[in-house]
Amino acid sequence: MPTFNDILIMVPEFFLVAAACVLLLADAFMKPSERVYLHWMSIAVLAVTIYLVVFKQTGGTVTAFNGMFIRDGVASILKVFALLTTILVFIYARPYLQDRKLFVGEFYTLTIFAVIGVMLLVSAGNLIMIYLGLELLTLSSYALVALNRDSSLSSEAAIKYFVLGALSSGMLLYGMSMVYGATGTLSLAQLHTAIPSSTMPHLLVFGLIFMIIGIAFKLGAAPFHMWIPDVYQGAPTPVTTFIGSASKLAAFGMAYRLLETGMGDLAQHWQLMLAALAVLSLAIGNLVAIVQTNIKRLLAYSTISHMGYLLLGLVNATPEGYSAAMFYAISYALMSTAAFGVILALSRAGFESEEIDDFKGLNQRSPWMAFLMMLALFSLAGVPPMFGFFAKLLVLQAAIHAGMMWLAIVGAVFAIIGLYYYLRVVKVMYFDKPVEGAQVRLQPDFTLRVALSLNALVLLALGLWWGPLLGWCKQAFVG
Amino acid sequence: MFNHLLSLLIWLPIVGAVPVLLAGSSRPNTARWISLLMAILTFAVSLFLIPQYNATTGGMQLAESHLWIDALNVHYSLAVDGISVALILLTTFVGILVIIGAWEVIQDKPHQYMAAMLVLEGLMIGVFCATDALLFYVFFEAMLIPMFILIGIWGGPRRVYATLKFFIYTFLGSIFMLIGLIYLYLKAGTFDLHTLAMLPLTMTEQSWLFFAFLIAFAVKVPMVPVHTWLPDAHVEAPTGGSVVLAAVMLKIGGYGFLRFSLPIVPDASAHFAWLIILLSLIAVVYIGYVALVQEDMKKLVAYSSVAHMGFVTLGIFIAFMLARELGNTDAARLGMQGAMVQMISHGFVSGAMFSCIGVLYDRLHTRQIKDYGGVVNVMPWFGVFYVFFAMANCGLPGTSGFVGEFMVILASFSANPWIALFAAFTLIIGAAYTLWLVKRVLWGEVTNPHVAEMKDINARETLVLGGFAAMVLIVGIWPEPLIHLMDSSVTQLVQVLAIHKV
Repeated sequence: MPTFNDILIMVPEFFLVAAACVLLLADAFMKPSERVYLHWMSIAVLAVTIYLVVFKQTGGTVTAFNGMFIRDGVASILKVFALLTTILVFIYARPYLQDRKLFVGEFYTLTIFAVIGVMLLVSAGNLIMIYLGLELLTLSSYALVALNRDSSLSSEAAIKYFVLGALSSGMLLYGMSMVYGATGTLSLAQLHTAIPSSTMPHLLVFGLIFMIIGIAFKLGAAPFHMWIPDVYQGAPTPVTTFIGSASKLAAFGMAYRLLETGMGDLAQHWQLMLAALAVLSLAIGNLVAIVQTNIKRLLAYSTISHMGYLLLGLVNATPEGYSAAMFYAISYALMSTAAFGVILALSRAGFESEEIDDFKGLNQRSPWMAFLMMLALFSLAGVPPMFGFFAKLLVLQAAIHAGMMWLAIVGAVFAIIGLYYYLRVVKVMYFDKPVEGAQVRLQPDFTLRVALSLNALVLLALGLWWGPLLGWCKQAFVG
Repeated sequence: MFNHLLSLLIWLPIVGAVPVLLAGSSRPNTARWISLLMAILTFAVSLFLIPQYNATTGGMQLAESHLWIDALNVHYSLAVDGISVALILLTTFVGILVIIGAWEVIQDKPHQYMAAMLVLEGLMIGVFCATDALLFYVFFEAMLIPMFILIGIWGGPRRVYATLKFFIYTFLGSIFMLIGLIYLYLKAGTFDLHTLAMLPLTMTEQSWLFFAFLIAFAVKVPMVPVHTWLPDAHVEAPTGGSVVLAAVMLKIGGYGFLRFSLPIVPDASAHFAWLIILLSLIAVVYIGYVALVQEDMKKLVAYSSVAHMGFVTLGIFIAFMLARELGNTDAARLGMQGAMVQMISHGFVSGAMFSCIGVLYDRLHTRQIKDYGGVVNVMPWFGVFYVFFAMANCGLPGTSGFVGEFMVILASFSANPWIALFAAFTLIIGAAYTLWLVKRVLWGEVTNPHVAEMKDINARETLVLGGFAAMVLIVGIWPEPLIHLMDSSVTQLVQVLAIHKV
């Protein structure tokens, strides 16, 4: 029987579900002109949830509902950053949505439901919970991608996302059923203890492979990356920002729960699989990004390569490696929100500012925006003293510590190749002359400008002082 | 203030760049004056290093250490020895001159140019102070960003190609060093350079690490065959960028050898010293010939930089041969001293040469040698400086260029007369390309009508060139204070490199 204590443990999730329903209702009674209140209410709801996650929690690991739900440091950190990046997404999204007549309540409620999916996913203690969280997140995301109904590009992206997503969910379920067959349990904790004594090790490994396919799809690691470029390019930019940030944190959480909490005993098998995925992602992501002309597509391929780096940390399969990977996931979420934030800031009605050429001579027209974009790009490229460098340092270190020097060298080589296309965007902004009649918006919305500036400057600040964050990440996996 | 002297030196110019940027393009003169003030202030603060640093005891001094990242045991730790002090003084001095040099020349977004220069200066000082390997790496890499911008925005026609090549080349070199550093960290549990120097390493480990460091620093110095980015970067960079690049940034490569290769992997360094010596001699002789045929003035000086930096690496690694195989520590010290003096001297001489070319370029907007000729007829004062720096460039006694080269050749002679013979070729080749450059640019009749309209150097340019000339002369005639400053540190380095780790 669920007790009151179970509910107390899940207060943030319950609150967010209730709030999402209230927002949905409120939207029905609001005039379009009042919808801006919905915007601020959504942000307030997320902020309160952050407060609940951070302050209403006791330390240590607790479980609720017979181990279905785990609340520990890992889950809390991932939730805080997922909520935080979603707040940023909302702030960046408003002018974009208003300009395109997409400023509707669905965007907010769907995104909040997706965030609830993220929160359940990273706290899952049971294979069923993982699947439920994942579906809540992805189903909301499909609808979000198709938010702009009139755009054929968006619809195409949504269909692709849906078909491939459904396929990968099927794979994941298939893998789960095999693991269930081999061990007779769905609980991750029991799975962990049952695996060493299982009489069907081959079936387990077979199931593991299917699960890894599901994880790789969610992360967007090659060769399961096909959906990423189309969805990133086709989706409305705010949705892309969400998929590129909070959703990646969820994917890391899911990988951690499945691989370590559940299948930790099979580490020797999945380590090599992840290493192969990492190499492929690094290669495909970085090489294909070089030829892109659309910046959203470029960032999509850059995501693929970043997931390769994240896998470098997971390959280590120790608390050190997981904390490095989580640090990487957080840094990537913050970097990609900043980069997409600039794209959103520069767009205006009827103009997406998503071609690299749109950024030509940005430094002459809007030095501050160019500077913020440069911070984000150098951080993505991993140039010190930016945040992204230290994230790369940690995952390279994790790979070397796991005895995979070759993998670290592959990572380093592709960092050099990756540098080129980030520098190309900096070059376009700083060294090229602006084209006549370029339409980038030069005076973005005030709150957007403030939030974006903070977002990008944090990348520099965390680069100079990243100790506490790393400390939390490490602590989460030790205690 | 003296407890945090080094931090102050690093952060003063970096923080000083903020008001410069805020002044914006609408108030260019405010931006110029603030940046000049910051540069002078930094130089003034750096002068305190001379009384504060005790040159007789040597060792790392003025240390500052704060825990930076406790989870990784990374420290923000700074300290200087005599070599760092000399290089910091060089940096802050050149820092003033490049800002004066750019005063009227940079008309496009001067505030961004000045701010980038100040940030670059702070980061370079950071490189010379850092005693934590990760902190060093952060400064070492962060330097690329302002330089990338400097070349890319204010450079010549092929600036984009040159600056991308510069960035990627250097990044390529250093990322392998990063892997090496992570390996060392996992072994030692710290990035502290002193601890890493004490770390016992097998010969195989040392060899791998040696090449990881070699790639990083060889690109920076630059050594043959990874020097090809330098002529491009120099030719396309604005004058100030070239000056900083040649005067300070190249020294960071040589400095890196001293801080990383020598103490951490001494046995591998000794084992592969022949390779470095060979590459240095190729730089001195072959690149000297390459310089001879250049038609672009900046390219000529860029190649001559590669040749001169060959003396630095030669002096550092000949010390291994002398100290380890021959047991001749006095000669080893001499070679190392010579390398250090050569670093400082080349800083002044190459900075001056690039400033001279900048003066010509501002008037005629061409760097082709054939477009000039007879310049001395219209610009006599400029001619005085140009000839003087040219003499220093070919190592005339009495100028700073002579001291370092002479010491290195002398040390090489004790090791192997053949090495000395090839090294001494520079006296002929260097004289050949420099004097031929002077002949074609300064002497002869004025053939190009535009040359006839050129005005002699103004007060601002005289100040810049005069500043360089004073330093070249002082180091050339009275190198004693400089040598004394670095002597105890060099002696310690020579002791360190004689210690066998395996």
